[in-house]
Amino acid sequence: MYNFDVERPSTIADAVKALGREEAQPMSGGQTLIPTLKARLAAPSVLVSLGGIDEMKGVCLDDAGRLCIGGATTHATVAAEAAAHYPALASLAARIGDPAVRNRGTIGGSLANNDPSACYPAGALGSGATIVTNTREIAADDYFQGMFDTALEEGEIVTEVKFPIPTAAHYEKILQPASRFPLVAAFVARTADGVRVAITGASNNGVFRWSEAEAALGANFAADALAGMSLDDTDMISDLHGTGAYRAHLCAVMTKRAVAAIA
Amino acid sequence: MTQVKMTVNGKTASGEVEGRTLLAQFLRDDQGLTGTHVGCDTSQCGACVVHVNGKAVKSCTMLAIEADGAEVATIEGQANADGSLNVIQQAFQDHHGLQCGFCTPGMVMSAAALLKENPKPTESEVRHYLDGNICRCTGYHNIVKAIMAASGQDVSAIAAE
Repeated sequence: MYNFDVERPSTIADAVKALGREEAQPMSGGQTLIPTLKARLAAPSVLVSLGGIDEMKGVCLDDAGRLCIGGATTHATVAAEAAAHYPALASLAARIGDPAVRNRGTIGGSLANNDPSACYPAGALGSGATIVTNTREIAADDYFQGMFDTALEEGEIVTEVKFPIPTAAHYEKILQPASRFPLVAAFVARTADGVRVAITGASNNGVFRWSEAEAALGANFAADALAGMSLDDTDMISDLHGTGAYRAHLCAVMTKRAVAAIA
Repeated sequence: MTQVKMTVNGKTASGEVEGRTLLAQFLRDDQGLTGTHVGCDTSQCGACVVHVNGKAVKSCTMLAIEADGAEVATIEGQANADGSLNVIQQAFQDHHGLQCGFCTPGMVMSAAALLKENPKPTESEVRHYLDGNICRCTGYHNIVKAIMAASGQDVSAIAAE
């Protein structure tokens, strides 16, 4: 790993200021970024650690009944504290990586990185969450813009994520056991406004909504409603763990299982 | 270089570190606490698990600077005050929960974190909690057995499959 300076701001304002330094890079839990730095795939001059910002930590409900999670809240904390309000999201957090990774990794870090196989992007997009940054609020539908790509500007950080709580939801994932990322996973949420289906681990463009499945499930919320439905595999991730065709198949299987778990 | 100061196994530990210095490097190279092992260096294997403010973390994937001011516990601080093995360590010995011993510090620290959260885990809960700790010798059965025994549960029914 190349050397860098580390800044440890204790407020969002100080973090934004530190990120104004040349070649500065924000780091939340570091569970992806530190291995990336070790591999010399990133070489910032200044690393701005967001782990000491108390105003970016915690889980609560707002006046609109949304579950609000601070950007620097760890997966372990979400797993424990969101369970009573939004069990499907708590379950998603409880299955990321392993216990030690969950004690460091954060929701804001996961969403800012937008790994095409990460869990939280599916939870946020599937829930229709709002991503709050130091400057604005971004709807999940506008936030995810492709593999490792988001609407975040340079120096912009995820300070909070607001989740409307659906009537029912379920996150179904098939594990890639070496990395502990999903091979493919589906987040299905049933809300007053319809059904949302978000798929991660499958597309070369990162997390996406499966609108055809959403429409079918909106008319008939049953696994059978998806019978015969499939996704085009031309732009699916294809690697040694699974071909694009296999992943396309898994998208339907994971979605059906999630629906069956809710219905 | 930056000055860091933390509590390690109840004692003050301080030193000068670079930005990139990992907590595992600080413990091993600066403090001489080589019980914390670095196996994979990619946060897969868990040999480097220590506790920071009571939580199990992979010390190869945390910067030493981020532990400034924290309470850190390592394998060196696990024995009883009289130097005898603590209940988890003794159970690993009694149930042959180690062979080469490389993964053992991380296994013991993960086990300690588990039993603090969940004093009477089921066998399945123990296995899931060890998702991030890799052992290449034992096949895990005796490690799981040792942790179940350390929690005070009867392990006679747990077969070494």
